Amino acid sequence: MAQMNMKEAIRDALRVELKRDPNVLLFGEDVGHVGGVFRATEGLQKEFGEERVFDTPLAESAIGGLAVGLGIQGFRPVAEIQFVGFIFEALDQMAIQASRMRYRSGGRYNSPIVFRTPFGGGVKAAELHTDSLEGLLAQTPGIKVVVPSNPYDAKGLMIASIRDNDPVFFMEHLNLYHAFRAEVPENDYTVELGKANVVREGSDVTIITYGMMVHTSIKAADELEKTKGIKVEIIDLRTISPIDIDTVVASIQKTNRAIVVQEAQKSSGVAAEVIAQINEKAILHLEAPVLRVAGPDTVYPFAQIEDTWLPTPTRIIDAVNKVLEF
Amino acid sequence: MSKVPYEVYTEEVEALSVLSPDGEIINKDMLPKLTDDQLKEIMYRMVFTRTWDDRAVNLGRQGRLGFYAPVSGQEATMVGSEYALQKEDFIAPGYRDIPQIVWHGLPLYQAFLYSRGHQHGGQVPDGVNVLMPQIIIGAQILHAMGIAMGYKLKKQKQVAITYTGDGGSSEGDFYEGLNYAGVYKLPVIFFVQNNGYAITTPFSKQTAALSIAHKAVAAGIKGVKIDGMDVLAVIKAVQEAAERGRNGEGATLIEAVTYRFRPHSLSDDATKYRSKEEEGEWNAKDPIARFAKYLEKKGLWTEEDTARVKEEAKAKVNEEIKKAEKTEKMTIPGLIDSMFETTPKHLEEQKADFK
Repeated sequence: MAQMNMKEAIRDALRVELKRDPNVLLFGEDVGHVGGVFRATEGLQKEFGEERVFDTPLAESAIGGLAVGLGIQGFRPVAEIQFVGFIFEALDQMAIQASRMRYRSGGRYNSPIVFRTPFGGGVKAAELHTDSLEGLLAQTPGIKVVVPSNPYDAKGLMIASIRDNDPVFFMEHLNLYHAFRAEVPENDYTVELGKANVVREGSDVTIITYGMMVHTSIKAADELEKTKGIKVEIIDLRTISPIDIDTVVASIQKTNRAIVVQEAQKSSGVAAEVIAQINEKAILHLEAPVLRVAGPDTVYPFAQIEDTWLPTPTRIIDAVNKVLEF
Repeated sequence: MSKVPYEVYTEEVEALSVLSPDGEIINKDMLPKLTDDQLKEIMYRMVFTRTWDDRAVNLGRQGRLGFYAPVSGQEATMVGSEYALQKEDFIAPGYRDIPQIVWHGLPLYQAFLYSRGHQHGGQVPDGVNVLMPQIIIGAQILHAMGIAMGYKLKKQKQVAITYTGDGGSSEGDFYEGLNYAGVYKLPVIFFVQNNGYAITTPFSKQTAALSIAHKAVAAGIKGVKIDGMDVLAVIKAVQEAAERGRNGEGATLIEAVTYRFRPHSLSDDATKYRSKEEEGEWNAKDPIARFAKYLEKKGLWTEEDTARVKEEAKAKVNEEIKKAEKTEKMTIPGLIDSMFETTPKHLEEQKADFK
C-alpha cells in the first residue's frame, strides 16, 4: 500500500476514474496545465489530454452550467470551483439546476456531477477562501455533500461520488491537503456515501463532527482521557447530507451524552440538523442536552483572529465537561 | 490612442429581411432553399401555433393551464428556427419557447402538463433532444453551451440552440455562455428573440448597445441581426449558423427583432407600458400574414387552407388538454422518489408522513 496525503489521494481517485471511464471529464479554473492552484490535479492533463482535463475561462456559473450540459450528454463531469467563497457565483447551477434535473425532467435527465471545492480555515488564506458553506448545500434537496477527513476516505469517497448518478458537492479541507500521510490502497475502492465512521470508540460521551474538526476533536479526546480518564467516542460523519443518523443514535445509546463540533457558524447548520435528528430518534437516551461547538454567528474573520474563531480543543473539552456535569 | 476600432462597432446594423411586408422577395441571395411542400409545412406550423396560443390563453383564463407565456407574434422566430434544425440537434428553451420543443418532438399534452406543474411535462421522450423550459433567465444558455461541448467531444456533427429574450441578454450567464462558446469554438446557436420588452422594461432601458448582435464581437463569435417577423430570414440565419457549427466554425449569436402581440404572461397588462400605435405598427408586420401573402402569390396557400389548419389545431389542442387533464396526478411519495436515483433512508422515512 502507498502512503499518501489527502491531496495525493484525491488525485489518485481522479486518475483511477479518468482511466476507468472515458466519460469522466475534469475541468475548472487552472486545473489543467498547472494542475490547480493546490496542484491537486497535477499531471492529469498530461496523462489524459486536453479534451478530458482542461482549463476554463474564469466564470463560475459557466463552470456549473457546462457541467450540467455535459451531464445531459452522458458525461460525468468533475467540476472544480477554485475556492469555496466563489460557489455563490455558481449557486444557481449547483443548487437549482443540477440538483433538480432529475425531478424537473421526471427522471429523463440526471446530473452525475461532482463539484469539488477547497475550503476550511486555519491556513491564513484570503477572505472568502475558507468559509464553511456546507450547510447551504446541505439544505438543498437533490444534492449530496461530502467532507472527507483523511486520505483513505478522500479517495474512496471521491470514487463513490464520481460513480454516483446524482450531483455531489465534495469539499476538501485546505488544512488537510498536506497534514499527514496514511496508507491508501492503489487499487480502486469506494467509501459509501451517507455512511459515518466511528473513528474512536468510547463510553462516556459522543463527539459528532466531520472534516478538520475530527482531528481537533481527537486532540481534545486525548487530553480528556489523559487528564480525567474520560472515554470519548468520535463519529466522523464523512457525508453531511444525508446524515447517517443510525450510527449517531447507536453511539448515543451507549454514551448517553453528545456534542457536535463544526467549523461553520453556529446557527442553522449541520450541527443543528444533527441535534434535531437526535431529538427525533434518541431523546430518551440523553442524560444532558446536546451542545454545539462552532464558530460564532459572524462573518468568517480575517486571518488575524481565525485561530481563536475556529473551535479549539479547549472549547471542545469545556463542552464535554458541561454535558458530563449537567 | 486606442487601437480598438471603436467606430466600427458603433455602426447601426440593419436587420436582415428576405420578404417585404407585402410578401415580395427583397433579398434573393438570402432566400433559403425550400421545396413547395416545405414552405406549406412552415405555414401550417405557424397557423397551428397561433391557434394553439389563442386556445391556451383561454384555457389559462379557465384555470385549465398554469403559468403560460403567450407566443403570438413570435411564430416566425419559433417555428422557423426549429424548422432549420435537424432532429438530432438539441434545444434548450426559455419559458416562452414551448412551440420549438413541441415541433421538435415533445408531445403537446406534456407541454400542457408542464404548464400545469406536473413533472411528467418535463419527462422528454427518448430520442427527443430538448430540455424542459427554463425559468431562471439565462441558465439554459449555459446548458446549451455544455451540450454543444458534448457534441464536439463525441465528434457528432450536431448543434445545440438556446433561446432567450432581450432581457435575457443582460444576464451574466449570457456573457459567460458566449465567452465559453468562443473560447472552445462550440457548435451552439444563441438565439435572442428581441421582442422589445423584458416583461415591462423596454429595450431602450435594457442596454446601451446598438444591438444585441453587437455583443457577439466581444466573445469572438459571429453575430447577426435579422427581421424576426420574417420566417424566411429566420430559417436562413439558423441554417447558416447550424452549418457553421457542424463545420467546426463555432458559435453564432442571432438577434431576431420581433414582438409579442400579447402581454408577457396572463397576469400582466401590456396596455400599461405599450401604446396602441406601437401595437398597430407591429400588427402590420404579422409574420403569418406576411408569409401568407408570399405563398398566395406562389399559388401555395389560400384562406381556406388557413381555416382548415385552424380547425385541425383546435381539435388537436382539445384532445391534448384532455389527455393532460386525465394524466394521473403527482404524489408526494413519487416526488420524493424523484430526488435521487436511489432514495436515501431519511427520505424513505419522510414518505411515511404522506401515506
